[in-house]
Amino acid sequence: MSEILSVKNLSKRFDDLTVLDNINLSVNEGEVVVIVGPSGCGKSTFLRCLNGLEDIQDGEIILDGENISHDKKTLQKNREKIGMVFQSYDLFPHKTILDNVTLAPIKVKKRNKKEVEQEALALLERVGLLSKKDNYPRQLSGGQKQRVAIVRALIMQPKVLLLDEITAALDPEMVHEVLDVVLSLAKEGRTMLIVTHEMQFARAVADKIIFIDGGKIVEEGTPSEFFDNPKTDRLKKFLQTFSYNK
Amino acid sequence: MDPNVLSSYLPLYVQAFLLTVKIGWIGIIIAILIGVIVAFTIHFNVPVLKPIAKAYVELFRNTPLLVQLFFIYFGLPKIGITVSAEVCGAVGLGLLGGSYMAESFRSGLDAVPVSQSESALALGLSQSQLFGSVILPQAFSISTPSIVANVIFLLKETSVFSAISLMDLMFTAKDLIGLYYNTTECLVLLVVFYIVMLVPVSILGTVLEKKTRYKMFGV
Repeated sequence: MSEILSVKNLSKRFDDLTVLDNINLSVNEGEVVVIVGPSGCGKSTFLRCLNGLEDIQDGEIILDGENISHDKKTLQKNREKIGMVFQSYDLFPHKTILDNVTLAPIKVKKRNKKEVEQEALALLERVGLLSKKDNYPRQLSGGQKQRVAIVRALIMQPKVLLLDEITAALDPEMVHEVLDVVLSLAKEGRTMLIVTHEMQFARAVADKIIFIDGGKIVEEGTPSEFFDNPKTDRLKKFLQTFSYNK
Repeated sequence: MDPNVLSSYLPLYVQAFLLTVKIGWIGIIIAILIGVIVAFTIHFNVPVLKPIAKAYVELFRNTPLLVQLFFIYFGLPKIGITVSAEVCGAVGLGLLGGSYMAESFRSGLDAVPVSQSESALALGLSQSQLFGSVILPQAFSISTPSIVANVIFLLKETSVFSAISLMDLMFTAKDLIGLYYNTTECLVLLVVFYIVMLVPVSILGTVLEKKTRYKMFGV
């Protein structure tokens, strides 16, 4: 497996507040990396740094052999290669589901409209939402909207897909329908970085789990090492909060 | 009420009506142009111009149209610029309306969540694509009701034009009352013509709101 994304000594500061401190990470093609940690630890900021929604103060981000960390000119081009799905879906409310999905390929990649629409319909069918293609986002449930958001990112054929707490605003049944989609993407070999609080899901989907606290990677490992043999006290304490056995 | 009086005044009212509509709509078009430019200047934090734009909004929103018209009509000639009553009316209405329109457009632009921009950027859209395809359509549908309200308000504000001897509806009515004392007929005609002028705008506005707001809000 070849390395697709490499992060070296990444630091992010807001004035004198250090949000991310010397983060190193290597992601291979087809690998699923799950990032967990308490709220405010910098998980989301880390994902946002990767596609340039936040600037970084130190370090390098190398995507597919290309250093993308500081180049404002190529930023837009590189974003095509990094898909991102957000907690609040952020579908475009004034566009139909089909138009939401086809906007970027048509505008950004200048692809043929008919061709893109065929592809979009196939992807919508895959996530069970073909019948919603002419609806507007407000007519869909949260879980449906999030599946559309995933399709909207997928159709750009990104090399890496970033999922930022995509189930945090959903009820348990909707969480399941969205995570099923993510699981199937993992099985077909998509490279993904996933920030989540769903520990069961993390265990099922991850090749590697990293635990961030206070802007640093505290521990990383395979799911079984991570959950069954946590090495640091901080991670042990964090994992205990998910059980209610007194 | 004497029908003969009504019919004999009718041609004068029609003339005044046409003039009022003409000056009113020219003023509204000026207002929309100023409004868009000022709203963009403030929304995009254009250096140097932003404080000027804000000062303009505060100055014209917080002074009566009558005072603005007096400054343009009686003040400008003192520094050597003479303007006709028609130009004065249209420009005055445009300047007043511009400050209202600017705030309407700006509230629409500001109301589109930052996350909309971020998700569009994450898809690789450029700043101009993002603005044209994502921000502007949403901002417009949010702003539509207040823009329509401004248009109706500005058309009614034309009644102030009589103060600078522009032969608009209000001036004509006052003039005729002063000359012939047929107060009832004159006021009835005045009300009827304002309604004829404004009801279609109101209906068109509702249609426009339905068209622009259905997608996002479903109403």
